[in-house]
Amino acid sequence: MSDFPWLSALVVLPLLGAVALWVLPTGARRHTRAVALGFALAQVALLVAAFSAFDTAAAATHQLVETYPWIPALGVSWALGVDGVGLALIAMSVVLVPLVVLAAWREQGSTDGPTDRLRHYLALVLLLEAFIVLVFAARDVFLFYVVFEAMLIPVYFMIGAFGGAQRRYAAVKFLLYSLAGGLVMLVGVITLYLQGPGGPEGFLTENLVGVGLDPTVEKWLFLSFFVAFAIKAPMFPVHTWLPDAAQQAPAGTSTLLVGVLDKVGTFGMLTLCLPLFPNASRWAAPVIIVLAVVSVLYGALLAIGQKDMMRLVAYTSVSHFGFIVLGIFAFTSTSIAGSSFYMVNHGLSTGGLFLLVGFLAARRGSQQISDFGGLQKVVPVMAGLFLVVGLSALSLPGLSTFVSEFLVIVGAFARHPGVALAATFGVVLAALYVLWLYQRVFTGPVRPELASTPDLGARERWVVGPLVVLMLVLGFLPGPALDLVRPPAHVSLEQVGVEDVTPTVSIATAGAEGSDQ
Amino acid sequence: MSGFTVPEIAWGPMVPVMVVLLTAVVGVLVEAFVPAAHRRTVQLTLTLAALAGSLVAVAALWSDTERTGGTDVLGGSLVVDGPTLVLQATIALLALLSTLVVADRVTGGEDAFAPAAAAVPGSDYEELARSRGLRQTEVFPLLLFATGGMMVFPATTDLLTLFVALEVLSLPLYLLSGMARRRRLLSQEASMKYFLLGAFVSAIMLFGIGLLYGYSGSLRFSDIAAATATPNGMEGLLVVGALMLLAGLFFKVGAVPFHMWTPDVYQGAPTPVTGFMAACTKVAAFGALLRVVYGMLPGMAWDLDVVLWVVAILTMVVGTVAALVQTDVKRLLAYSSIAHAGFVLTGVIALNDAGLTAVLFYLLAYSAATVGAFGLVSLVREQGTGEDGSPTLLGEATRLPQWAGLGRSHPVVAVTFTLFLLSFAGIPLTAGFVGKFAVFSAAVDGGAWQLALVGVLASAAAAFFYVRIVVLMFFTSPHDTADEAPTSTTVTAVAVDGPAPDGEDGTVAATSGVAVATAAPERATTTVAAGEGLTVVAVAVCAALTVLLGVAPSPVLDAIASVAALLP
Repeated sequence: MSDFPWLSALVVLPLLGAVALWVLPTGARRHTRAVALGFALAQVALLVAAFSAFDTAAAATHQLVETYPWIPALGVSWALGVDGVGLALIAMSVVLVPLVVLAAWREQGSTDGPTDRLRHYLALVLLLEAFIVLVFAARDVFLFYVVFEAMLIPVYFMIGAFGGAQRRYAAVKFLLYSLAGGLVMLVGVITLYLQGPGGPEGFLTENLVGVGLDPTVEKWLFLSFFVAFAIKAPMFPVHTWLPDAAQQAPAGTSTLLVGVLDKVGTFGMLTLCLPLFPNASRWAAPVIIVLAVVSVLYGALLAIGQKDMMRLVAYTSVSHFGFIVLGIFAFTSTSIAGSSFYMVNHGLSTGGLFLLVGFLAARRGSQQISDFGGLQKVVPVMAGLFLVVGLSALSLPGLSTFVSEFLVIVGAFARHPGVALAATFGVVLAALYVLWLYQRVFTGPVRPELASTPDLGARERWVVGPLVVLMLVLGFLPGPALDLVRPPAHVSLEQVGVEDVTPTVSIATAGAEGSDQ
Repeated sequence: MSGFTVPEIAWGPMVPVMVVLLTAVVGVLVEAFVPAAHRRTVQLTLTLAALAGSLVAVAALWSDTERTGGTDVLGGSLVVDGPTLVLQATIALLALLSTLVVADRVTGGEDAFAPAAAAVPGSDYEELARSRGLRQTEVFPLLLFATGGMMVFPATTDLLTLFVALEVLSLPLYLLSGMARRRRLLSQEASMKYFLLGAFVSAIMLFGIGLLYGYSGSLRFSDIAAATATPNGMEGLLVVGALMLLAGLFFKVGAVPFHMWTPDVYQGAPTPVTGFMAACTKVAAFGALLRVVYGMLPGMAWDLDVVLWVVAILTMVVGTVAALVQTDVKRLLAYSSIAHAGFVLTGVIALNDAGLTAVLFYLLAYSAATVGAFGLVSLVREQGTGEDGSPTLLGEATRLPQWAGLGRSHPVVAVTFTLFLLSFAGIPLTAGFVGKFAVFSAAVDGGAWQLALVGVLASAAAAFFYVRIVVLMFFTSPHDTADEAPTSTTVTAVAVDGPAPDGEDGTVAATSGVAVATAAPERATTTVAAGEGLTVVAVAVCAALTVLLGVAPSPVLDAIASVAALLP
């Protein structure tokens, strides 16, 4: 079974699901939800099987490798393979999708029966899942680029066709921002290929690493890639599309968009920018670190000032992405491992927040914070879950986000103490925006119009429950997950050619500390 | 001197062209001798058979050409080499698909062409022709003549043959542009403009040919190329002549600053003809341009580089910027075709084998999407209410607001159109992306990375107006736009049709317009005509090509690359 194309199967299965939903005969359309959920869960099962074929001890190397020629004339191959980071991100995405499917059950269309609207929406979710797996597994720069751009289309429709009042504006802004970044990257991709060895496998990442670029060319190439990734991530100052998109998109879309898709940006920085352009990465690191810290603080400050809950969560993500980028460009094995783990945790935490806000908004018909108050007494389960997920956003010890944020800050401190100190203020601000949000929405006197708000139903508990469980498990037992991301971090560091700086606290104790508290 | 020597003619390699041109001649005879009732069937069958036969002939010549690299025919007036065959196959295939669109009729047997194109719009004679149910079938031989000219155009290495081919392909197009059934004045205006500008450019080109002959004493590309190698003090003739020749070719590909005719002609011409023109003429003209730039003028690349660069950049920028503000689907596609001409030019400028393959592939990808897109435009119609209250199909709904909500009412049409738009925009997994990637990477390889950068930025801007149509179709309901334009749009539609009230159609539209204006803003006037299924077939083939060439372009790319070498 070791030769089984696990990753291709993980791409094809959701694709089949999307097609199945689109061609579902009229008579069978009442089973829309079951079909979609079935495919999403089958994908989880397939993932577990793929995990068993992955050798964690060798997480630094690309495994489950498949290489087939795709367009030899252009040097393009269908080359898949994941190291620990890629697998962890794929796992996070695959776990999130069934939850998003569940969350969308009632949101889209009528409450009694599935509608065509819902069918199209779920098909787009599954289509997107296929692209997500592909982009995290691509070992071919061209393939990566193709998916990077192609996945905009389903998201575009998921915002534009299913979102709120300003959805058209948000969808177009999202698409144009991303396309502009992506197309500049295209020139970089082409130039990179022409600088490389060429031939029918000329786009394979491993053939492009260490081709000895001219320093000037390398800097320009780095910039063309980095700008696209920074827009995607999104970093200050190219983050402005995100709040609009997240505010207008349905909660499930925001979950996938912010929780998963934006990781492609940071994932790209880690797995393409660093190995392909090591010298330029070192050259640009000071500026990027400053921008990252600005993102951390600016995103958090803006989050505090938001009136709309979706926008608030979106700005918290700008802040979190700042941490991730900081970790990557601090160039210590601790911080890079922390960033990799952060990407997974942020998906769980932000995904949970978006979904919960979506449930709140569905009950009240509004996302404005001022429309809520005192819900704690009316909907205790929801309030409890919201608090837990919210605390994960401020990295409370015991939750998985703490481990990763701690690693990033400790790792960064070893190289840039001042920067790490500044970033720590982001954690303080995080406490402010999360707790203040909780206070305004859930505490205080119960507003009369909210007095009969129903608590989370079984379906909704199933949506948020697994996320909370995962956060707790990874918070107390981060070891296995860290085993996935630590070896690749050392490899990244070697590729950049920077000496590691060992922080005073080792990773093992950091994990233990997290579980102690 | 032994008088006249019979030239040796290799008939074999000429079969693809001969089939088309001879069938066109037969088509003229059909017009004369076959009873009116059967003409359409006979003409359609003949045309399709000729184009299919031409494709088969190209396929038969393929392996030979792949082995030998190609042959001279007619003592070098024609060259049948790899690029020729690729271009001829592309032209024949797209002409075949265009023929299907041209031949399609909506309910009531109404096609896209005026029953009596020579009649004065609005005259009694026209009304008589209409009421007699006359059908225009001369379009088929005209189409074949144009196709024949297009197939010779990129195959020639002789300036005089080049000019003759240009005229053979242009004259039928001037006629076809003026034959729209609806909006007759607009159509005749388009025809007139096209003819006048075309004639003007032909004259310029002929002048250029004269100068080149004066410079080199020969009409052969290879002789002129050889002459450029040895300075003889008459370089002024060469430069001016080459520029004039290029002006003619730029006019045909629709490159700025010779693009002015494009939007008007594309808008006025009957939509099926527009699709045919936009796709096939561009393929043929770029084929000829490739041969001229690669075969005749490489010796003066230094002098021409500036011109080509300026034209390419202007074409990309002007096409994109002008398209941003269009409100008519056909005009928008016209400007987008100008922008695409600019993208192809970046591949031409690359001046290497990769560039040649890239251009040939791009042309195929672009044309498939173009024929498909215009085919769909020809189906999206206005719907009015007949005198008996039944819905009646009116003209094409080409104004953008009329496309609002099409994604809800006709999802398949909207999704297919979106596919073509995404291909134009160069989104991955469509043919357009692979084409763009190929030309840009050829340009970077050829040292023109600045051009590729401009192209990429233009693509990003272009995405905006393609996406605008998608937004309109999927995310906007017709009522939104009705609010934006509170006065009944049907009335304005009539005003556009106004100069040429199309008999009862005009009155129908007018009455329904009045009814709408007085009764309610409710007017579900945009619909999709069913047709006889011919357009649907053509569009389906184009859509399949767009996806296949985007997902698995390897076979086609390899096939093109294996023969991508121009014979001198």
